[in-house]
Amino acid sequence: MSENVTFHFDVDGENFSSAGEASVLVKKKLRQLGFSPEIIRRVSIAMYEGEINMVIHANGGSADVTVTDEDIVITLADKGPGIPDVSLAMQEGFSTARDNIRALGFGAGMGLPNMKKYTDTMEIDTVLGVGTTITMTVKHK
Amino acid sequence: MKIKEIKKLLGAELLCGEDLLDSEVYSACCSDMMSDVLAFVKDQGVLLTGLVNSQVIRTASMMDMVCVVFVRSKNPSLDMIELARECGIVIMKSSKRAYEACGVLYSAGLVASPAED
Repeated sequence: MSENVTFHFDVDGENFSSAGEASVLVKKKLRQLGFSPEIIRRVSIAMYEGEINMVIHANGGSADVTVTDEDIVITLADKGPGIPDVSLAMQEGFSTARDNIRALGFGAGMGLPNMKKYTDTMEIDTVLGVGTTITMTVKHK
Repeated sequence: MKIKEIKKLLGAELLCGEDLLDSEVYSACCSDMMSDVLAFVKDQGVLLTGLVNSQVIRTASMMDMVCVVFVRSKNPSLDMIELARECGIVIMKSSKRAYEACGVLYSAGLVASPAED
């Protein structure tokens, strides 16, 4: 692959039932590009958790995926409230999601830990009242 | 175990994925918490759940699962069935409760999904 392949998605923050659409599409695209099921699963789970987070906490945002020769980079950017304590948010089981979100099957406090688990690197850039950008990479070589 | 055997054992009604009934599955899990499915389940199989929304189908798709069983005769929407069709996932519903449905499948040899660690 000589040129990077990129995908861009706007994640709708109003509609919980459409959350994850971008991840489903990315999964399909990566399959077309011939990546192994394991790589595809790691990328799509991490991105899906991130998408759900943006819908639950930040009223949506944008998702960009870049496929380079060596890795797949997922960048999720929102203009939400920001994360006050990142190390706390990274703890399994810690969640600020409301009960209505739990009733939908999410908010168990596994989102961020999962994103870290399934990717090779994860950086969280967050500013209170301004927004959060999460950059994750999955090496495929 | 073939998916058609799961259907038979649970007395389930098929809602989509007729062409996939001969697919083999080796493990299953049961949860209403999609976060937990994403965190703890490994290797494709069957998801039994009492939760009904589009995220169930997307979660199953992310985990490369091939079959979703809604327990207690819960009815997925047409949108969900369409999404499952696109993702190549069988959907069925059973009148059994989650505990019983799991017990029946487990007794018949469909074991738990191996944990990640």
